Amino acid sequence: MKHILASLGLSLFSGIAAAQAYPTRPVTLIVPFAAGGPTDIIARITGEYYSKTLGQQFVVENVAGAGGTTGITRGAQAKPDGYTIMMGHMGTHGAAPALYANLKYDPIKDFQPIGLVAGTPILIVARKDFPAANLKEFVAKLKDPAAKVKQAHAGVGSVSFTTCTLLTSQLGVKNIVAAYRGTGPALNDLIGGQVDYMCDQIVNLVEQVKGGSIKAYAIAIPERSPALPDVPTTKEAGLPEYQVSAWNALFAPKGVPKDVAAKLSDTLVKALDDEATRKRLLELGSVIPGKAGRSPQALQKLVESEVARWTPILKAAQQ
Amino acid sequence: MEFLGHLALGFATALSPMNLLLAFIGCLVGTLIGVLPGVGPIATIAMLMPLTLKVDPTGALIMLAGIYYGAQYGGSTTAILLNIPGEVTAVVTAIDGHEMAKKGQAGTALGIAALGSFVAGTVATLVIAAIGAPLTKLALLFGPAEYFGLMVFGLGLAIVLARGSVLKAVIMVVLGLLLATVGTDLETGQDRLTLGIAELSDGVDFAVLAMGVFGIAEILRNLEHPESRDVAVSKIGRLLPSLGDLRRSLGPIVRGTGIGSVLGILPGNGAVLGPFASYALEKKLAKDPSRFGKGAIEGVAGPESANNAGAQTSFIPLLTLGIPPNAVMALMVGAMTIHGLIPGPQVMLKHPTLFWGMIASMWIGNLFLLIINLPLIGLWVRLLKVPYRLMFTTILLFCAIGIYSINNNPYDVYFTAFFGLAGYVFIKLGLEPAPMLLGFVLGRLMEEKLRQALALSEGSFMTFVERPVAAGLLVLAAAVMVIALLPAVSRSRAKAFQE
Repeated sequence: MKHILASLGLSLFSGIAAAQAYPTRPVTLIVPFAAGGPTDIIARITGEYYSKTLGQQFVVENVAGAGGTTGITRGAQAKPDGYTIMMGHMGTHGAAPALYANLKYDPIKDFQPIGLVAGTPILIVARKDFPAANLKEFVAKLKDPAAKVKQAHAGVGSVSFTTCTLLTSQLGVKNIVAAYRGTGPALNDLIGGQVDYMCDQIVNLVEQVKGGSIKAYAIAIPERSPALPDVPTTKEAGLPEYQVSAWNALFAPKGVPKDVAAKLSDTLVKALDDEATRKRLLELGSVIPGKAGRSPQALQKLVESEVARWTPILKAAQQ
Repeated sequence: MEFLGHLALGFATALSPMNLLLAFIGCLVGTLIGVLPGVGPIATIAMLMPLTLKVDPTGALIMLAGIYYGAQYGGSTTAILLNIPGEVTAVVTAIDGHEMAKKGQAGTALGIAALGSFVAGTVATLVIAAIGAPLTKLALLFGPAEYFGLMVFGLGLAIVLARGSVLKAVIMVVLGLLLATVGTDLETGQDRLTLGIAELSDGVDFAVLAMGVFGIAEILRNLEHPESRDVAVSKIGRLLPSLGDLRRSLGPIVRGTGIGSVLGILPGNGAVLGPFASYALEKKLAKDPSRFGKGAIEGVAGPESANNAGAQTSFIPLLTLGIPPNAVMALMVGAMTIHGLIPGPQVMLKHPTLFWGMIASMWIGNLFLLIINLPLIGLWVRLLKVPYRLMFTTILLFCAIGIYSINNNPYDVYFTAFFGLAGYVFIKLGLEPAPMLLGFVLGRLMEEKLRQALALSEGSFMTFVERPVAAGLLVLAAAVMVIALLPAVSRSRAKAFQE
């Protein structure tokens, strides 16, 4: 009898232990972009906290290609055991369905959301001598066909492309558009005055704005960023409907064990309260979600609303 | 003098025992990894980036920069010994360097590459320290139209590169241009020439193509006659360049350094043109251009110097504008950002010890490379004595690992195998891969810049005439092509007259 009880206890215990034991080997964190970019850096900072607290390495694997959809496709098809997770973002889980006809995953149905990690606010910037002193004057220029305003973006599907498309579609304007391969070359031509303006994530632009080689008209979030306290929000500057942020969030493939998903989500909540992790994310100009915004349910809602938001805008822009 | 003060500050930082050690480790790791065929600096830096979190940002960057030059240099070693250029910039080195190795002059080729790189690195460091900031303005002068002009100029070089028939060189350049159009269209996002293979949607990777048409094809050819190859390298020859070699290399090194330094500053990876331009120049200046392609030491000394000078000066746009000119520099941006230090125009003012320390460490890194590599030459050359049946399997294994590590994509390995077969067919048809690779590298940029220039000018081709720098470059490109083609034309006319 004792033995039976003991073994029953043991088996109950080992059932719990399996959940508690996760992870027992290194976990692959797929980043669907090249190493060194904003999403990669956010993933590495978050991954380090996971490695430290869960006792197993969270190894970043950069699987770049097709606007991040190559890596997310691989992640979606991975075995749902919690040993492959991925850093999705606004493009892969919001804009992709509208941009890629042959997308092999459904951002809404094929994932177990873990939680939102950080939002990266979008800045509207112009060359330093562009003849508009503030956002209102700039919008007036955009609306004036004679001004022939030239926009640069970092390639179809990039954050700078989608967010600038949102701007021009909200304003109902069409300007001259030059496509670049990546933010670097686009920014180079903006500093050199070959093009007039672009939209992109704050982390890519903050130092150039501070150094005065380009100027920022507005930041597209409700409150000013401590990284650039002098730059007004779009609400303050007179374009309140332009609210957009490149968010990064952790996902697991659909079907991971509930307790594993819960453990990953709980760890994320703690990571975003961790002093060192917060500090490094804030240095990037990121916005860290509040407690309510960190839950898997909140992320699922965000993905649904983002797909609904981007699909009509991007489909219209492609025509 | 401000300049000396800056350098003193830089050396004070870079010469701290910790930073010296990190620079040394970086150079050593870079060299060792660069020597493995296929494993390039990008994969290495990406893998080692987390390790640098433990040290301060200056030390971390010094070490990562060391890996970068180390791998650049190591890449030349495989280009010379095995005809496998791991980086675009080593393609040119492979042409004459590998021929030298086949003649038993591998040691001389490696030695002159090390010495040329050191001289170039020293000069480039001084250039960055003295006039790095003002030089940035040059980079900003280059808009899409100017860049297009430069790319056309680069294509002209491909014709000069050709060893044999100009027609065959042109065919290969065009093939390279076509390969460069594979992938997603930049403006519309549509797939082009991808044959429905999703893995091709970002185009063909340079390393995949180069590894295939050079490395794998070379192995296939060697397997045809394994015995003759063993004979070719059994003579090791002298390990260091002779005085005569040095005298012949001096001019190419100086000119290569100049060309490489200037092109390295340009945005959009202008540095890749440096070795090609240097090779073309040396071939034009040579009394007997027919030696080129058959193991001319000038064809190694010049391009290697240009390569290294460009590798250094390509830090200028990163450090002064915060704009990475190539994939490796983009990784450096990531490394700086992870340390909470976003690169931009203010780095120089806000973090002078980091900025000048890194510049001083470039020179120290070059010195380490010389110290590490000169003794290693003997070892590398002796590696060639390893029986080929062991060697080629090892090379194939490392190639597969290296190619996979670029994007963590198994398809890249299949593509490399495909290009290996294609390269073998090229050898059989007498077609040279170097002009194709140049066309490939220039093609993507050229198309991009052409379309940007036309988008900004609203479709007017006059933009290439109205902008003086662009117009000047296009005229120069036309001149280069005429000069390159004239001898061929006059030769065929001479033949016609004889008949």
